Amino acid sequence: MPTDTNTSTSTTVPSIPAAARAASNDDFRTLEAGLDALQTVPLAERGPWRRIVDGVLPPVLLLAALVLAWQFYVVIAQPRPDLVPGPFNVAASIGELWSNGRLQQAVLTSLARGGAGFLIAVAIGTPLGLLLAEWRLLRRALGPLLSGLQVLPSVAWVPAAIIWFGLTDATVYFVVLMGAVPSIANGLVAGIDQVPPQLRRVGTVLGASRLQLATLVILPAALPGYLAGLKQGWAFSWRSLMAAEIIAMGGSIGFGLGSMLQQSRDLADLPGVLATILVILFVGILVELIAFAPAERSLLRRRGLASGGTR
Amino acid sequence: MIDTRTAPVTVGPTTVRATTVATDRPNDAPAIRVDGLTKRFGTDGPIVLEDITLSIEPGEFVCLLGASGCGKSTLLGIIAGLEHPTSGTVTVSSGSAAVMFQESALFPWLTAGRNVELALKLRGVPRAQRRGQALELLDLVNLADAAHKRPHELSGGMRQRVALARSLAQDRKVLLMDEPFAALDAITRDLLHEELERIWRETGRTIVFVTHNVREAARLGQRVLLMSSRPGRIANEWRLADTGPRRIESPEVSRLSIEITEQLRQEIRRNAH
Repeated sequence: MPTDTNTSTSTTVPSIPAAARAASNDDFRTLEAGLDALQTVPLAERGPWRRIVDGVLPPVLLLAALVLAWQFYVVIAQPRPDLVPGPFNVAASIGELWSNGRLQQAVLTSLARGGAGFLIAVAIGTPLGLLLAEWRLLRRALGPLLSGLQVLPSVAWVPAAIIWFGLTDATVYFVVLMGAVPSIANGLVAGIDQVPPQLRRVGTVLGASRLQLATLVILPAALPGYLAGLKQGWAFSWRSLMAAEIIAMGGSIGFGLGSMLQQSRDLADLPGVLATILVILFVGILVELIAFAPAERSLLRRRGLASGGTR
Repeated sequence: MIDTRTAPVTVGPTTVRATTVATDRPNDAPAIRVDGLTKRFGTDGPIVLEDITLSIEPGEFVCLLGASGCGKSTLLGIIAGLEHPTSGTVTVSSGSAAVMFQESALFPWLTAGRNVELALKLRGVPRAQRRGQALELLDLVNLADAAHKRPHELSGGMRQRVALARSLAQDRKVLLMDEPFAALDAITRDLLHEELERIWRETGRTIVFVTHNVREAARLGQRVLLMSSRPGRIANEWRLADTGPRRIESPEVSRLSIEITEQLRQEIRRNAH
């Protein structure tokens, strides 16, 4: 600082030849690269084969063991076949339902309905969640109600829905929405609440407008919570759908898995009931495995949040 | 005010007169001017900052030093425009400032390169130029090879360098740094001091660097401002003749550190009564 120096020599800088400076700069870069290499641990990526073995083998083995135990019980204890059918009876029942085409029809009807209901729930729950997260007054007013709705079993809406909409698809969709929308909205709210405040601050410092802050910072940061909400929303959709299909039958409501379950009960066909339960369970697992698990895994892994969970 | 001038250290066979980035400019308009600034939390909360007046020249490297809770981060936040003063004025002549925090606060869903690109995007750089500029900025912090990596794959020091590249992407004349190296190990911190000093010399930024580490302040600053606590005031100021790159081990840094520490302890002792 010229105003501050007592001697003229204070402003001198040692002159270092350009070549020497470049060399020392290179030295520095090597040094820094060395430290970087020391401090970062290369991630050992497991091969796809290993992942399949780790992820698929344990549940398949457990399933086989359960079926085996079931068969042993049937063979050894010889229970009444109309009360405890064996795995072969159930498998035969599935085969029969498949061969007369009712199984495919029921699965397709239920999946289409569940999927459509879930998408409508996403379309309603997402903006609702955004509003709740950003508008404090609305959250204070509507928040408890929405949490309450999440606890209320959506089957409770079936009688009311039948009175309102009759035996139509509207009844089924209404029950599905009452089940799924609160989960999705609450998931998004939780995701936004958990966005670290530093990320918002950085966004502001970088000059983001309100809209840019929302779309480029807050929403991507809230994605893990949102996805968890979607997953739960799907589970609620599927459950509510089954409940609605069991209770509301006939009219213009098509033939879904719930209807098939109820029909088997009416015929006192226990293998058919168990077969349908297994199919409902299997569809739920399949959707989780195909849609949600990979999305969640890649999302968490990209952010370094994956705990090594395999599914 | 005590004015400590350290003797120039000459390295190399010849010493020629040269001007540094900082002394190169006309000293008419300060880069940052703080006038009679007072900050109080709430209407009758404790006074955090009291009557702070200071002016920082363009291209200057100023360290703001003080014990925890002296309000140095609050002062930085006010200069950054993130908080508002209770009274007094703050003027940043270039409009606004870039800020870097203790935690890198990189966006975890973006790669290092995309993090820098986002800053360029928010600055209004056209899409076609972002990739190239981001790589240049990452190369400035010696991380061009890590552009495709995500924050969780980087070490703490690397993350802070990406954060530095991102704040340089804002292309503001003033860079405010809030204890950016406090969470790093000593070896990494030492390297980052060298890195930051080189970047400061190359880019001619005005830097305000908040720290509670006396040696760090003596190592980096051209000017060290010591703040007292409760209320926060500027207690003293040291100016160091810029004699080119310093090292944290060098005797001049030690000498100054001892002197500053003495005074810092006095300031802390005052709070006992």
